[in-house]
Amino acid sequence: MERLTFDLATTSLRELNTFLHTDAKEGKVEAVTVVNPDGAHNIAVGLDCPVSVEVVGHAGYYAGGMNQSATITITGSAGTGVGENMMSGKVHVKGFASNGAGASAHGGLLVIEGDAGLRCGISLKGGNIVVGGSVGSFSAFMAQAGTMVICGDAGDALGDSLYEAVLYVKGSVKSLGADAQYEPMTDADIATVAGMLDRAGLDHDPKAFKRIASQRSLYHWNADANQEY
Amino acid sequence: METKPVHFKNVSREESHGYDRKTLDYIRNAAAHGLYEIRGMGAKRKLPNFDDLVFLGASMSRYPLEGYREKCITKTLLGTRFAKKPIELEIPITIAGMSFGSLSANVKEALGRAATEMGTSTTTGDGGMTQEERQSSKTLVYQCLPSRYGFNPDDVRRADAIEVVIGQGAKPGGGGMLLGQKVSARVASMRTLPAGIDQRSACRHPDWTGPDDLAIKIQELREITDWEKPIYVKVGATRTFHDVKLAVHSGADVIVVDGMQGGTAATQTCFIEHIGIPTLAAVRQAVNALEDLDMIGKVQLVVSGGIRTGADVAKALAMGADAVAIGQGVLVALGCNGETYYQNGALHSAEADYTAIGAAPGFCHHCHTGKCPVGITTQDAILEKRLTPEVGAKHLRNYLKTLNMELTTIARACGKQNVHHLEREDLVALTIEAAAMAGLPLAGTNWIPGQGF
Repeated sequence: MERLTFDLATTSLRELNTFLHTDAKEGKVEAVTVVNPDGAHNIAVGLDCPVSVEVVGHAGYYAGGMNQSATITITGSAGTGVGENMMSGKVHVKGFASNGAGASAHGGLLVIEGDAGLRCGISLKGGNIVVGGSVGSFSAFMAQAGTMVICGDAGDALGDSLYEAVLYVKGSVKSLGADAQYEPMTDADIATVAGMLDRAGLDHDPKAFKRIASQRSLYHWNADANQEY
Repeated sequence: METKPVHFKNVSREESHGYDRKTLDYIRNAAAHGLYEIRGMGAKRKLPNFDDLVFLGASMSRYPLEGYREKCITKTLLGTRFAKKPIELEIPITIAGMSFGSLSANVKEALGRAATEMGTSTTTGDGGMTQEERQSSKTLVYQCLPSRYGFNPDDVRRADAIEVVIGQGAKPGGGGMLLGQKVSARVASMRTLPAGIDQRSACRHPDWTGPDDLAIKIQELREITDWEKPIYVKVGATRTFHDVKLAVHSGADVIVVDGMQGGTAATQTCFIEHIGIPTLAAVRQAVNALEDLDMIGKVQLVVSGGIRTGADVAKALAMGADAVAIGQGVLVALGCNGETYYQNGALHSAEADYTAIGAAPGFCHHCHTGKCPVGITTQDAILEKRLTPEVGAKHLRNYLKTLNMELTTIARACGKQNVHHLEREDLVALTIEAAAMAGLPLAGTNWIPGQGF
């Protein structure tokens, strides 16, 4: 297995991304290590091949954005919008993640071992997110499809205006958003949580999670909804 | 002869200006439903617009070009600032972003065909890119909207340009609404939503919150596309002077400014009529901002919202736009608000279907119902057959050709051999309001209201 190292202290981001879009896609390399990321924005965005990328250090905004099939690991923390609009593959943050982590992800798995900021999983469209720590307010806002597993606590308005996405939380929830409700955990839910924890490499009791899903009371526009719109 | 005071025995018909029948009707509706009204199209109120401007044609002091024969260039380049592959158009008249979902797949295909024949671009909308429109459009602008419905990297790479939509002239600060009757199985699956639900589009982008963030977001889109594709930023016209400056700061190649006459498939009437500024005022502010930053010719300006005629196009260009985008005019060319539709080789009356949705030809703004009597803004399997891509494309091509002929003939009359040479000195205003908004002198004077004497 061939591994290539890019040093962002001496190589431009553009060179790295172009390499990942062309040479890596042609299979010239299986793994890439990025050193000295120094919080650069847009590292390893728009990948569309099963290459493995390890970012040693902290990444800025949109690391692994729009990922398709690649496996991207960030050993430090990630800025806003990590793994945003991911289609498939995996983005794994060993540290913490800022706001909008996994925003509008259509597929793939986003793992954040630490805490995530505001609006984690906003507009989620089928992606899966596992957060080892806690998530900030307005997480899973308008989430349409997919699953979020939160091992810590959640801030205010969790799952506000939720569509068909399902959320599992182990810790406390400061408040649920409009149209979100607790639902009983079934065996299928426990199996889903166990599977996602396993894929994320995190050790928690799947039975300790609560399920949150949409009441579906905002699905149709009506006068009795008391201006929740 | 005895005179008596006059007594009116008949019922008083004095209508109140403030509480006219329209207002009474509005209040009764509100009382009956407890919901604001949702409708399609754009502002219906009377606004200062391009009709309030006229051209000063060539005469003694300027030399005109011969109306039919002499060359008049319409070629238009968009996205020259950073993109490796700028957009090259044959005419400066483009098709505005309208979603599959709001429009039928047939209509999206018709737009693509006509635009391709005329050498101009089409734009996707808040519902992702369809195969039909990609295949039929030579140049396709792919919108990146707050909802991100169907947004995916394959389509980003298949697009010719990307338009980050901040807002729309019909509803700056608001998101759209696609009512359940239009959320068909196909529309639902493209948007990752259950079919048949009333679907609210987000008004904020999920992964950035201000111009500094947007700069990074734009850089991400450039990195994903290896800096090939122009990035447009579209704003609804409000604080246009500042918004255009911030869009330039964020790294946009092209800025699209959509005035309040711009249409929508469905939003609150109170947005359509009460939020945003007229296109005329927005163009002036946008051009002032670009001039202030010395970005004329570097960042291109596309103007939309109430562009209907070739004269409108010419006036927008003369005021400083590089191109225009048309939505509602395009739909009208396809048959919107018409009394008939053409099917199986014959014209059929659509009147009964207008009546059924509480509208009439010429007054219809019922795009939101999904029951468009002429088969344009619908996902209904029967209604959508009322407009075939072939017939739609033919009418739209004719409309665009007419606009382009009017544009070039006006340019020639002003002595320009390139439509982009039209300039603000070629224009004067007919009303004080238009003069003030457009920053042009009132006809016959050198007075620009608000700019001294």
